Amino acid sequence: MALETLQGRNNVELLSGADMIARFLQDEGVEYIYGYPGGAALHIYDALFRQDKVKHILVRHEQAATHAADGYARASGKPGVVLVTSGPGATNAVTGIATAYMDSIPMVVLCGQVMSHLIGDDAFQETDIIGVTRPIVKHSFSINHPSEIPEVLKKAFYLASTGRPGPVVVDIPKDMTAPTERYEYVYPKKVKLRSYNPVSRGHTGQIKKAVELMLKAKRPVFYTGGGVVTGNASEGLTDLVQRLGFPITTTLMGIGSYPQSDRQCLGWLGMHGSYESNMAMHHADLVIAIGARFDDRVTNNTSKFCPTAKIVHVDIDPSSVSKTVRADIPIVGPAQNVVNEMISLVQGKEIAHPDALAEWWQKIDSWREERRNKLYEPSVADEPLKPQEVIEAICRQTRGEAFVTTDVGQHQMFAAQYYKFDKPNRFITSGGLGTMGFGFPAAMGIKINYPDDQVVCITGEGSYQMMMQELSTCKQYGVGVKIINLNNASLGMVRQWQDLNYKSRHAHSYMESLPDFQKLTEAYGFTALRVNTKEELEPALDRLLADKHELVFLDIYVDPREHVYPMQVPLGSMRDMLLSKTERT
Amino acid sequence: MRHIISILMENEPGALSRVVGLFAQRNYNIETLNVAPTEDPTLSRLTVTTIGDDRVIEQITKHLNKLIDVVKLVDLTEGNHIERELMLVKVKALGAARDEVKRTADIFRAQIVDVTPSLYTVQITGDAGKLDAFLQAMAPVGILEVARTGVSGIARGDKVLSL
Repeated sequence: MALETLQGRNNVELLSGADMIARFLQDEGVEYIYGYPGGAALHIYDALFRQDKVKHILVRHEQAATHAADGYARASGKPGVVLVTSGPGATNAVTGIATAYMDSIPMVVLCGQVMSHLIGDDAFQETDIIGVTRPIVKHSFSINHPSEIPEVLKKAFYLASTGRPGPVVVDIPKDMTAPTERYEYVYPKKVKLRSYNPVSRGHTGQIKKAVELMLKAKRPVFYTGGGVVTGNASEGLTDLVQRLGFPITTTLMGIGSYPQSDRQCLGWLGMHGSYESNMAMHHADLVIAIGARFDDRVTNNTSKFCPTAKIVHVDIDPSSVSKTVRADIPIVGPAQNVVNEMISLVQGKEIAHPDALAEWWQKIDSWREERRNKLYEPSVADEPLKPQEVIEAICRQTRGEAFVTTDVGQHQMFAAQYYKFDKPNRFITSGGLGTMGFGFPAAMGIKINYPDDQVVCITGEGSYQMMMQELSTCKQYGVGVKIINLNNASLGMVRQWQDLNYKSRHAHSYMESLPDFQKLTEAYGFTALRVNTKEELEPALDRLLADKHELVFLDIYVDPREHVYPMQVPLGSMRDMLLSKTERT
Repeated sequence: MRHIISILMENEPGALSRVVGLFAQRNYNIETLNVAPTEDPTLSRLTVTTIGDDRVIEQITKHLNKLIDVVKLVDLTEGNHIERELMLVKVKALGAARDEVKRTADIFRAQIVDVTPSLYTVQITGDAGKLDAFLQAMAPVGILEVARTGVSGIARGDKVLSL
């Protein structure tokens, strides 16, 4: 015993704070981190240089580092890791941290900080980044002594990836990483926080009550969100929904949590959701919400939301339940556990009103039929391409199997509407914060980790110009993402709102003096093609997808007059929608 | 309705700003705030009074519980409880008013803790209503300065807020 302890002691390594960080990331199994060096982070960068297990991807702007880490986290379910320096390095990361926070994405952001004796002195490149990020992190830490580093980092990863995931910021003053001071390093396999115990299972009694309602329902609908994706509950959910034979609609964040090609899937719901989803929600007598948060882009006016429905709400975060819409049966628990419990309870049971359910399906099918082939009018000869038909063509050509990232605006909605996803973690979009500039760096983060998959960034010329400097990063690391620029030479969604609400006064929603995107791409040594007509589209897509490892940019000119429909009428109920420029419900 | 929420939280830098920040960020109200370490030096007790309907209070307690630094909390107004606030008031005390201030302080069971030829400093404890009433009574005499601690509270009976 005594001998063992002694040997144990002998095995303990003495490492500097910077080496501890590099070593911890190795021990935590982190393969890639994304970042940008600067004064306060240089000790850490030196430690990373002296090892080869953790690979650092040098971005061209810190916001891109956070989006790349975020994209990876969304695709893999594991925390993305970012390293930035103090001051402007850290503040540049803020938009990406907020993006991850709003969509509950696990992320650990390591920020350099000025030396501790300078904190508060307005030192060069000093920012109180803990204060700046406080409302947009799950939690944050400051390192007060180098010996704390392993435990604090373990806590950061633990908090980021458990319960309702989210970003965690760790602020590291430069003297904490000084190479001259060495301390014992042991990788902490586990950490405990007395004030943090995420629930591991839902309340059995509540689940029973929910299942009783489900078996008795006449017009039920599942409404499932990003919590099913992050909670790895897609498989269980699919099983449950198919056993019951109920319709299901997902949120934008929940796309792919149930196969969209299946008949029971009504698509996604909300402001630009499918007609049948919104109609079914409005007329339902039971809404089973799992891992969704009833946000304003889904519910429209909450006082008119689902007037005849009882609401079952499953969420891992108690503060999500009854936040905007009161739940009749609240269930706090992880989606996977609750869904599996529900499966075991419905096993061998019959639903009470099969005839009513059949009638409900007839109604839903009639809504589906009403809008079939009326969603948009495909372009005819000499007309500009419609953005919708471009997305449909991409979906066909990639057999619905690509990772698809988007930026924000019309192209994002079209991508969500017309690309059909059968798997979770494939549609990667900034749903909560709506961050323009997200798509390209997110695609980069995914492609680096999944080099043999097709990763397509669907963007618009507005969003793309916010992060296009990352072409340089792609060049440095040979990142073969596929960029589809739906170019309508205007900020499409802004323009749409101006058409609808401001008598088409297009205040600053058009893009004068766009660059020649083809030449711009070629300047970085990549291939770009311009597409103006329908005939050019298919061959261009063939070229885009020919080599998985080659970055190709398609600049596709699309009709700037196109609007995204359906579109819910502000302050209305779920069913109040504009269906085209001339029709409404 | 007014609620008194008592919170046990980690006695660490930044914990207080997270609690206060949450109220600002989510547009909740802080009427009074009172915080100090407990007998366990790793824990602070923070008591906040806030106003909101049941839905808002439910959200406040849920969001507070979600903060990693918050270990435990109780809404004291859900049950019988004792609430106290301490106030120090400097009032003018000249001529006839000097006796009047002394008499009023006695009625309120307040103590005069400092004197100068022209003013008294009065210390008074009680619930917020009592303190307000005392200030009203002193107003005609002339209030020079008021320092209130904000509400602190504890549940009546066997209920204990501890780890």
